[in-house]
Amino acid sequence: MVLKLHGLSVSTNTARVVACLHEKDVEFELVLVDLFACGNKEPSFLAKNPFGQIPVLEDGGITLFESRAISSYVAEKFKESGTDLIRHESLEEAALVKVWTEVESQQYHPAICPIIYEFFGKPVQGLEPDQAVIDANLVKLEKVLDVYETKLSSTKYLAGDFYSLADLHHFPYTFYFMKTPWGSLINDRPHVKAWWEDITSRPALNKVAEGMTFGENQ
Amino acid sequence: MTGIKVHGNTLSTAAARVLATLYEKDLEFELVPIDMRAGEHKTEAFLALNPFGQVPAFEDGDLQLFESRAITQYIAHEYAPKGTPLIFPDSKKMAILSVWTEVEAQKFDPAASKLTFELAIKPMLGLVTDFAVVEEFEAKLGIVLDVYETRLGRSKYLGGDCFSLADLHHLPTTHYLMGTQTKKLFECRPNVSAWVADITARPAWKKIVAMRNTH
Repeated sequence: MVLKLHGLSVSTNTARVVACLHEKDVEFELVLVDLFACGNKEPSFLAKNPFGQIPVLEDGGITLFESRAISSYVAEKFKESGTDLIRHESLEEAALVKVWTEVESQQYHPAICPIIYEFFGKPVQGLEPDQAVIDANLVKLEKVLDVYETKLSSTKYLAGDFYSLADLHHFPYTFYFMKTPWGSLINDRPHVKAWWEDITSRPALNKVAEGMTFGENQ
Repeated sequence: MTGIKVHGNTLSTAAARVLATLYEKDLEFELVPIDMRAGEHKTEAFLALNPFGQVPAFEDGDLQLFESRAITQYIAHEYAPKGTPLIFPDSKKMAILSVWTEVEAQKFDPAASKLTFELAIKPMLGLVTDFAVVEEFEAKLGIVLDVYETRLGRSKYLGGDCFSLADLHHLPTTHYLMGTQTKKLFECRPNVSAWVADITARPAWKKIVAMRNTH
């Protein structure tokens, strides 16, 4: 039975899961959720995700939400095929992947998410971006990227010398971030820049990027 | 001899998350105190363990980890046969557990940590609580707890039928909030209230509370 992913190609969190599915060469069906018509607030959708957010994955009898839980599930279930994203054959490597996926979740995401929301999300709703919020979070993001710059000067990817889920989880928000005026935060840090250019050269991520069209009409 | 070391202190919610896990698994470990008031978490020695300068940092032999939720997951998997099972061997049950650990990380904690800082930590540091922030984040936490109320009406614990990491991760901030005005948000929701009473009564958690009272 084919996996069903409810979401939108332009959505960062949907893209996070789609990227993982492409890396694992897993077939899936994308079921579009019309956010503008509040399809995510329909009772039938809330029954799948009580928080009313995309994406949602249905795989046979189970329904999952929270993009990082979904991508971990996919990476684990299909660990024998496609790219090895979780390093399940090495206890140490697997633990380091967990550390750096938590870093994305707890350090990187809280800084970058408000910037993306202010710059892309608000105009779509006819609202003005709050530059003070953007500025405050750029400062936070720079501190995180300083740590990344040091780390990536000793390992090729975040968890080690191997690409993993930890790197992949950074893709969607960073992709949109590079369409803002503040891409220099990445480009001015040579190791971060090299890492970004490396991961964005991956076929799976290029495939996801095709659907991520926010910002193209701004 | 497992050679487990936790660098941190019992008052830190993140460190407490790891300590609770170690106690649940009946594992021996050494707590290396980090004096945050003296800025010890910003020293070069500590930054070598956690470049973000936050407690806890963790060692198991040669393996060095940070981020409390990565550490707890490592412990739960590596020491699965010992003590309380905190993860599920069945892959579908594990997937559901993983959903609710993400909910804690992405939905519960951002609001609960903010409130813990304003209402529990600031008074300890002699700082003034910002009640506008408290009002904003109590509203956000209320929305999350409404979802929990429904979930806990169908499932004994958040992650499934048994206590797991998904529930454990909530313990440190929930414990602090139950000592503040925010406790009303938990108490007015019967399923949530019963769940809080259950998880905070666990012996492993009580050990940490007792450690705080003697240090």
